[in-house]
Amino acid sequence: MRVGTAKQSYAADEGLFKTDTQKVWFGLLLAALVLFPLNGSSYWMFLAVLVMINVISTTGLNILTGYTGQVSLGHAAFMAVGAYTVAFFDGRFGTPVLLNLVLAGAVAAGIGYLVGLPSLRIKGLYLAIATLAAAVILGFIFLNWTPVTGGLRGLNVPTATIAGIELATPDRLYWLVMPITVVMVLAAKNLFRTRVGRAFIAIRDRDISAEIIGISLFKYKLMSFAISSFYAGVAGGLWAYLFRVVTPESFPALASIFFLAAVIVGGAGTIVGGIFGAVFMTLIPEFLKLSATALVPWFPDASIYLAPVRNIIFGLLIIGFLIFEPMGLAEMWRRTRRYFALWPFRT
Amino acid sequence: MAVEFIDIVETSLAGIGTGSLMALTGVAFVIIYKATKVINLAIGEMLMIGAFVFYGFSAGLALPIWASVPLTLVVAALIGGLIERTMIRPLLKDNPVSVFMVTIGLTSVLIGVVELVWSAEPRRLPEFLPSQPVLLGDAFIPSKTAYSFVIAAAAMAVLITVFAFWRGGIALRATATDRAAASSVGIDVPGVFSFSWMLAAVVAALAGILVGSVGGISSAMGLFGLSVFVVVIVGGLDSILGALIAGLFIGWLEAMVGRFMGGEFKLLATFTILLVVLVVRPYGLFGTHEIERL
Repeated sequence: MRVGTAKQSYAADEGLFKTDTQKVWFGLLLAALVLFPLNGSSYWMFLAVLVMINVISTTGLNILTGYTGQVSLGHAAFMAVGAYTVAFFDGRFGTPVLLNLVLAGAVAAGIGYLVGLPSLRIKGLYLAIATLAAAVILGFIFLNWTPVTGGLRGLNVPTATIAGIELATPDRLYWLVMPITVVMVLAAKNLFRTRVGRAFIAIRDRDISAEIIGISLFKYKLMSFAISSFYAGVAGGLWAYLFRVVTPESFPALASIFFLAAVIVGGAGTIVGGIFGAVFMTLIPEFLKLSATALVPWFPDASIYLAPVRNIIFGLLIIGFLIFEPMGLAEMWRRTRRYFALWPFRT
Repeated sequence: MAVEFIDIVETSLAGIGTGSLMALTGVAFVIIYKATKVINLAIGEMLMIGAFVFYGFSAGLALPIWASVPLTLVVAALIGGLIERTMIRPLLKDNPVSVFMVTIGLTSVLIGVVELVWSAEPRRLPEFLPSQPVLLGDAFIPSKTAYSFVIAAAAMAVLITVFAFWRGGIALRATATDRAAASSVGIDVPGVFSFSWMLAAVVAALAGILVGSVGGISSAMGLFGLSVFVVVIVGGLDSILGALIAGLFIGWLEAMVGRFMGGEFKLLATFTILLVVLVVRPYGLFGTHEIERL
């Protein structure tokens, strides 16, 4: 049993890592991330890259929905903005990869700022509907602004090239995506140790009180929209380098629900929850695909049912977690840790 | 481009025909919102499942129309009740955002169920509306649009009568106004919750049958719900009159935009209106002015 962790200074109390144990675990996680490519399977490398892209995007939505309390139904559209930005700049001008990614984030953040503007007037569910409308309008732009977006055919994305090395395959791309993911997730974690992050949380918990104590709702809500969209834009840019083609079909409306589901299932308002949710929700379809393949000897057409069953499971996960575990996987994880930390006592 | 006057008239009439179906679905949405204060994003999918159940009865089991329509409505009521009891009731005391997200999950579940049972292919409902076209003056209206307008109007008249005079309808309005007061005069408020979802599911299924008979059914027909969403926001979330007027207006607008600007502009036009209404007049044309504001 671990007795409470006494802090000797405010700095220690507000630290990113509260205990040495956490530092050790984080070190182990980093080591695992570095050693992961040793497994050598390109399928797993592809999955790992996809999971990390989704982790970035989910963390972004978590900042907006989980921490600031603004539900967005347009998150995938911001990813699409990032993906198109990368495709446009890399394809048209051949600008360096990292610059493209920053541009992707910046353009998405700018548009996110605009989409956040209605939050000046409306909130809660009305705002969610406004983001849905924004996503529909963005989808229209992707489809019809042919000179820039390539219309229905979309855009092809050149191979990402850093310092002369072509990152053509997922196992090379991993070394671009993994550090970016680590940095962005850590940045998100740090954000909530700052004034800005605390303002977000205050707005989520009680917006009127937040305004009374001097938080400019307008400024911080828009900031939250912009930061969240920045994450989505960077994730979308990486997505473009992974799949090498962007079309209006790449980010359907259902994808926004995917990220919302990831935030809910993982645990809204915790960074680790965003990670859990993204990993879990990305791996479920793969798991279903594997089980469908395994069932083929008995049910030859098992793969036909894959897509509908995936939809049903996505939906049931959202509903089930909201009803039975509103705090998500992160809360289950916390309870498990607590059980071992307090053993042999029970709570 | 010279636009013929008769062309405008015909497009308008066809649009109002579609609009009547949007209005009917919008009323289903409003019933749920009034009673339970739930914003039901899955209204389009409830419409879809009604259409598919009807397909199952009329084409799958080859039942005659007079049997399959009532059976569909009964099944829809059961589905609506089931949804309310299992998914909505446990969360009604929570914040509205959770319930809203449950209906998003419900969207995904209903699409999955339909694709699992009937596959994702588009299908056609058996023909049951008379097929000779209707002429209104010189204007030509496709028969299905005309008859579905008549049926939708009749259904709406029945609904409005129910709300005005029947005890259950009055109980529903009382619950919408003040839950605690309704409860204290002996209204079974949880019962009203269930009833409102069942009624809304029935209305949505009826609209689904009509929408399906005009344009065919597919697992993507829930997209119709997006337009309905615009309708109820423009009309005011808790106003049946608003849903009626906004439904006809949005249907007309979509038809005009689709005819004279191109089909891809339909959603753009409606959602632009949605954004404008949200920013300028968030409670819609006829909604209660109780929206939370900053």
